[in-house]
Amino acid sequence: MVASRKKTERLFNLVLCLLATRQPISAEHIRTSVQGYEDSGLEAFKRMFERDKDELRELGIPLETVEDWEGNPGYRIRRDVYELPELTFTPDEAAVLGLAARTWQHATLAQAASSAMLKLRAAGMDVDSSLPGIEPRVGAREPAFLPLWQALLGRYPVRFGYRRPGRDGPATRTLDPWGVVSRRGRWYVAGFDHDRQAERVFRLDRIVGDVERAGRPGSVHVPEGAEVRVMVTSWAEDDVGGRRAVLRVRQGAGYWLRRHASRVTHGEDGFDDVELEFTHPERLAESLAGHGANVVVLEPEDVRKGVLARLEAVAYGGRR
Amino acid sequence: MSGLPGGGTSSERLSRLLALVPYLQRHQGVPLDEAARTFGVSERQLVDDLDLVFVSGLPGYTPADLIEVDYEGGTITIDNADTIARPLRLDVGEASALLVALRTLADVPGLADRDALNRAIAKLERAASDLDVRAGRVGVEVEAEDRVVPSVRRAVTGGRRLHLRYYVPGRDEVTERDVDPIRLLVVDGRSYLEAWCRRVDDVRLFRLDRVVDLHETGDPAEVPERVQLRDADEGLFRPSHTDLLVTFELGQGAHWVADYYPCESVTENGGVVRATLRTSDTSWVRRLALRLGGKAQVVDPPELVEQIRADARAALAAYEKVPAP
Repeated sequence: MVASRKKTERLFNLVLCLLATRQPISAEHIRTSVQGYEDSGLEAFKRMFERDKDELRELGIPLETVEDWEGNPGYRIRRDVYELPELTFTPDEAAVLGLAARTWQHATLAQAASSAMLKLRAAGMDVDSSLPGIEPRVGAREPAFLPLWQALLGRYPVRFGYRRPGRDGPATRTLDPWGVVSRRGRWYVAGFDHDRQAERVFRLDRIVGDVERAGRPGSVHVPEGAEVRVMVTSWAEDDVGGRRAVLRVRQGAGYWLRRHASRVTHGEDGFDDVELEFTHPERLAESLAGHGANVVVLEPEDVRKGVLARLEAVAYGGRR
Repeated sequence: MSGLPGGGTSSERLSRLLALVPYLQRHQGVPLDEAARTFGVSERQLVDDLDLVFVSGLPGYTPADLIEVDYEGGTITIDNADTIARPLRLDVGEASALLVALRTLADVPGLADRDALNRAIAKLERAASDLDVRAGRVGVEVEAEDRVVPSVRRAVTGGRRLHLRYYVPGRDEVTERDVDPIRLLVVDGRSYLEAWCRRVDDVRLFRLDRVVDLHETGDPAEVPERVQLRDADEGLFRPSHTDLLVTFELGQGAHWVADYYPCESVTENGGVVRATLRTSDTSWVRRLALRLGGKAQVVDPPELVEQIRADARAALAAYEKVPAP
């Protein structure tokens, strides 16, 4: 820890020095004047200084390299670029920010949110008021989430393996990511698929293996008017209508079917006739089979057959 | 924040110092323990940070160049630190993490003050204007629960008892119960009410999209002090070890079951996945088995296997009574 403390001290002094200077200063000047470099030889200093510059830039510190009239590099940090602009938050704004900062369950994003909050507090925001009784949480357990999040922030294309149900082995896809959206607890990425030359949506839990960078940072441009949420919603949309099914539903059962029914006709024999709009016959058959003896499909024929096939497979064993 | 000895890696620590110095300038005289809490570090770590700041400054490093820090008597004062009077601006990751979370909150009607959310979002976007985070490219879409979220939130904050008509899909029935609200949870886009349910005398989690109807009873909520709240960070549904262990064999086309439900074990052998999960209520397992229609089978316990076959036969008998038109 001693070495690490020394390094922190050196980086801190370097930031102070570069912030304080108006004129860019040379590497040699830094070596001889900034605390922490004084014991190092020329070669060791060069390596150390390169690494230090990288580390500062990784933290988001705008370290500038400016060449003088002879082409010699000089360094500085412009305060107006470095400093958080003047921001004042009212107590109710600070309270919702506090709530937002607690929302992420993903470790990297939770860390980013709390470090943002520290900066805002350091700039004078008070977060005393909390909102009791409300606990929002957003998780992202899929390993693909973080690399895609980083690709979006860095605006570069990605390549990944994608597994489709019913197909052998994952296929490699290359994508300009435009956005990731969580819908009903599931994450999707939408963007431009290089292989298909078309807009596509992918489920993060079907991405296999690593998500790799497949192009230059800054090279992805999200087209004006691209509606990522709309893309995901229409891709993931459940049954929304188009065809009509007629069911007999036992009275007191099938609450959810009744709620989404277009018409319910009361019957005298303990069953009601329920009419329902649907799109995908197989999906409807699957969900209706779950109702067992409480629901009988009258029409259409394909849904009725789909339910019967499932029930028979369960009643008499054997996989389809 | 890191709990590592030494307070994390040197760049994490540097980040903290760069926020600490402007924070202390705005909070002259802040007690050590309060500052440590704000920065999520131990007091010992904070003192170590202060000692580091104390020996730092501008080249020359004469007393006039060094930052002055004093924490004698348990309160901190700082001087001669004008060079870093303000924190570093937010980077794109930090600004985006906060913005996406704020937009998620704004998506749930009635969850938090909409007006305050919009103002906070606008200010953050302005502060991060050069970072291209406006496009809103990361989104958590929340299912709209505008019907009930505002009334649930009022009951939670006001400590008032609710009467719920609540749909239980596993049993396909609408239940009636009085509950004493504890918290409103919004997890991965779904909203839940955590409440003390007076029907079962235990804490229950209610999905708000399954609330058919609700009203306040006029009584104050009385939540027993002994209740154990679940940790929202550890997943909402933790089956109990006393629950029944059910074993599924999942064929092609049913592997998703192992991803979707919290399984206790999952093993694969020749394309067939064996998954076990625990549940206190088998009615949803029976429905699921019928839906999967042979693509998957419950293989254990035997009573449940037999029950599911009986369910399927009863359903087929119902079809025989109503032939296709």
